[in-house]
Parts: sequence; structure tokens; C-alpha cells
Amino acid sequence: MLWLALFFCVPFLIVLKISFAQAVFGQVPPYTPLLETSADGATSLRLHASNYAALLADPLYIAAYLKSLLFASVSTLCCLLLGYPIAYGIARAPRSLRLLLLVLVILPFWTSSLLRTYALIGLLRANGVISQALAAVGIIEPGQAVLHTDLAVYIGIAYNYMPFMILPLAATLIRLDFTLLEAAADLGAKPWQAFVRVTLPLSFPGILAGTLLVFIPAVGEFVIPDVLGGPDALTIGRVLWTEFFTNRDWPLTAAIAVAMLLLIVLPTLLFEYVENRRVAREAQS
Amino acid sequence: MVLGYAFLYLPIVSVIVYSFSGSDRATTWGGFSLQWYGALLRNEQILEAAQRSLTIAAISATAAVALGTASGLALSRFGRFPGRGLLSLMNSAPMVMPDVMLGLSSLLLFVGLQQIFGWPERGMTTITLAHITLTACYVTVVVRSRMTSMDASLEEAAMDLGAKPWRVFFVITLPLIAPALLAGWLLAFTLSLDDLVIASFTSGPGSTTLPMLVYSKVKIGVTPEINALTTIIVVLVAIGVSLAGVLMHRRERSLARLRD
Repeated sequence: MLWLALFFCVPFLIVLKISFAQAVFGQVPPYTPLLETSADGATSLRLHASNYAALLADPLYIAAYLKSLLFASVSTLCCLLLGYPIAYGIARAPRSLRLLLLVLVILPFWTSSLLRTYALIGLLRANGVISQALAAVGIIEPGQAVLHTDLAVYIGIAYNYMPFMILPLAATLIRLDFTLLEAAADLGAKPWQAFVRVTLPLSFPGILAGTLLVFIPAVGEFVIPDVLGGPDALTIGRVLWTEFFTNRDWPLTAAIAVAMLLLIVLPTLLFEYVENRRVAREAQS
Repeated sequence: MVLGYAFLYLPIVSVIVYSFSGSDRATTWGGFSLQWYGALLRNEQILEAAQRSLTIAAISATAAVALGTASGLALSRFGRFPGRGLLSLMNSAPMVMPDVMLGLSSLLLFVGLQQIFGWPERGMTTITLAHITLTACYVTVVVRSRMTSMDASLEEAAMDLGAKPWRVFFVITLPLIAPALLAGWLLAFTLSLDDLVIASFTSGPGSTTLPMLVYSKVKIGVTPEINALTTIIVVLVAIGVSLAGVLMHRRERSLARLRD
């Protein structure tokens, strides 16, 4: 407990503190102290809001936030569309096969995500399998590469986070009582009707859990947009990285981090609120 | 469903195939050859970074299991105690927090500590500390779910028979949660081994980890050596996961037999 307090809470407060400081270059650490002792010995607190002002004033940062949200939501949707059939298949598979199928989903996750992202590069090149397949379907021009486009980032995030979507979905679907579907069929529902009106609503908790597990880390993702995306695939993670490692502006970096946290905490709270409302409504009826 | 699995495995399989290519470009096939494995084994930079990463992963996984077990135990067994909500929150926070945020805040803490106490020097120590913080949370979740699904009556029985709390823990609780500890350790180990972002923030000169090296190589241009490295890691992970799976399966079976 003490460990978490020391290595998690305190650092966060420090980030908050530095986000209110001003950048000073060429010294370590490169920012001004918040508490200043003036000539007459009185200590005064100085808060600089300039970092936050800079965030709002420069369209680059706002664009980066929007881009991050776009990447995260489109990829989450891809994960859901691709992951749902897999999870459904696992849930309907015979019990003996289920474990094997689940392990096969988790196995890629145990290898490095950096290496898996790297593995995608070859496939996304102009002569790569994915590029050629997408060209054949007509989504991109033949001979074009998917690599260094936004599409590559969607594919990359969806590929990397797929297990996070499949596992909670499969867990919910396995527990689902499939006799309900038979009952629906007996009552004359067509398979798709039964799916939309019975399976889908009942798997909602799994969908929600999977969506959160994919969406939240995807917003702060750095590696995938950096390696697969083009120069305009500027996400918050990348902007933060550049401000820190290239521009060495620590206070601005801290301000970006705090704003990112707000951005991620807000949707989470919203989701939880909606979910609690739903549970409460169900308890009532 | 088949398409989904193909999507999950296509990239990895293609890298494995190209790792045996004799061509010195990473994406053109030049006949079967083991030259990149040889080049990998002679590349001291990679070997050194791999050794460093493995050391960090082993230390932080072990420490994370110790810490994670303690908080998992507290969260599942001690009922409502002051600070429980805060502990629970602090535990889930690092998991949803983006890596860049964790890396930045850890680094700022280390810089602050160094100014005040002159410790820790940025390098392997700081990476390890940051990794322990991250991975301990995952271990806590694993241990906690195991403890909640486990019957507490065995512990109560031991307590009734006069065993002191620490004895109950080592004789009863620890063997019962051992599979969860193993799973937690493996999870922590891979998380630490995989991490690029936090390590980049908290590292110092001369403490490049394997992911950092791979990242810089990927940024400069693809080197076929990375194909060989990926293949080796995939094979090792597959062996490790199946071994752990078999072990846990056997344990569960013998436990089930004991119960019958």
C-alpha cells in the first residue's frame, strides 16, 4: 500500500505541480520552482497557467486529442466487429476445445506488442498481403501501401488489443444460457432476430468491458501510431513523447499529461454512470 | 472466426517465415538460411540489452508478486478497513493509465528523489522500480480474484485449531493461491519484458533495454535480425505458456481429486 502511495500517488502530484511551472532551459530540472522566496524572506506561491493556455491556443494539441479519440474509437469498433464472432465461436465451441481456442487468442498477447507491431509493417507495405487484399476488395488503390496511413493505425491498434475485447466477450457469452435462444426460436424468431433481441442485449456487459479495456489504453497509445502511422498521425501519446524527448519542455509535457488524464477519466465516468443507471433500471423492473 | 484467427496469427507467421530468409532485405525471400540467427548471436548490443531486460523483468516480477499478494490479501480478506476504497482505486489506476503518463510521473518522482536524497541514479534501478509499480497492480488483480473465489473456511478452520495468522498464511493460504502467484509472476514478467515507454522515460545512459533497442532499430529501418529475434521470443513464449498451462492443469486435477 505504501508502495503504491509512494510510487504512484506522489508522482502524479508532482506531475500536477510541474504542469503549473514554467519551462527553464539548460538546467536540471528544467522548470521554475513553485515556491519562490523573495528578497524580504516571504515565501510566495506562483502558479503559471501558461502551459494550459498554450494547450488551448495551439490547434496542434487539440487536433492531437481529437485524432487520439478518433483512432481509439474506430479501432475499438473494429475490435468489436472482428472480436464478437470469435468470442461467439469460442462460447459455442465444445467445452474441450474452448480452452485451446482461448489460449490461442491470448498467445500472441504474451509476445511483445512492439514486435507484433513490427510484424505488421511487412504486411502493410505496398507488396504486403494486407495491402494487396485491401486493394483487391477496392478499399485502396492497387499498388498503394497501407503503411503510414491512418488505416494502418486502425489495423495496428485493432490487432494489438484484440485479446482485450475477445476475453471479456467470451466470458459473458460462455455464461449465457443458450436455451433462451431455443425458446426464442420456438416462439418463431428467426436466427438474426433471436441474436439481436436476445444474445446481443445479454452480452452487453461483455461488450462494455471489452470496449473500455480497448478504448482507454488506445487513447494514450504511443508505439502503434508512431511506427505504423504517417507523420500526420499525431496522437497525444506522440505529442507528449516529442515535447519531452525532443523539446525537453517538462512543464508543458506535464500539462499535456494532466489534460490527457481528464480526457480519459471523463469517458470512463460517463460509461460507469450509464452502466449503473442501466443496472438500477433493471433492478427496478 | 477463421478469418479472425488468421488476422491474429498472420503477422507473426510471416515474421517467422522471413526470419529464415537468406536475403538481407526483411521482406524479400532469398532462399532458406539461418544467417540472421547467427548475426543475432554475434550482436553483443542485442545480447546485452536482452540480458538487462531479463534481469529487470525477473526482479520486478518477483517484487511485484510479493507486493501484489499483500494488497490482494488485504483487499479480499480483511473486510472493510480504512483506506480500502483508496487502495482499490490506486490499484486499478495504473492499469488504465497510459504508459506515457506512468513513465513521465515515475521519472519526475525519481528526479525529485535524487535532488533530495541523491538516490536513485537513473538506470536499471529506476526502470525496475517503475515496473514493480505497474506490474504489482496486475498481480493484485490475479491474486484477489483467486482469493475471492476460494473458500475461506480452510483458513478459519486452521485459525480455530490455534494456528497463528502467519502460519495460516504460509501453510494454508500460500499453497492454495500458488497457481495464481505463478500466473501473476508470468504476467508481470512479460509486461516488464515488453515495456518500451516506461523504460524509455526512466532509463539513464547505458541502460538500454531490449524493447528500446528494437524500437530504435525499427525507426531507423527494418533489420532482418529482428525477425530472428521475434521468432525466438515467440517460440520461448509458446513453450513457457504451454508448460505453465500443463502444470496448472495437473495441479487443478490433483486438487479436484483431493476434494472428491
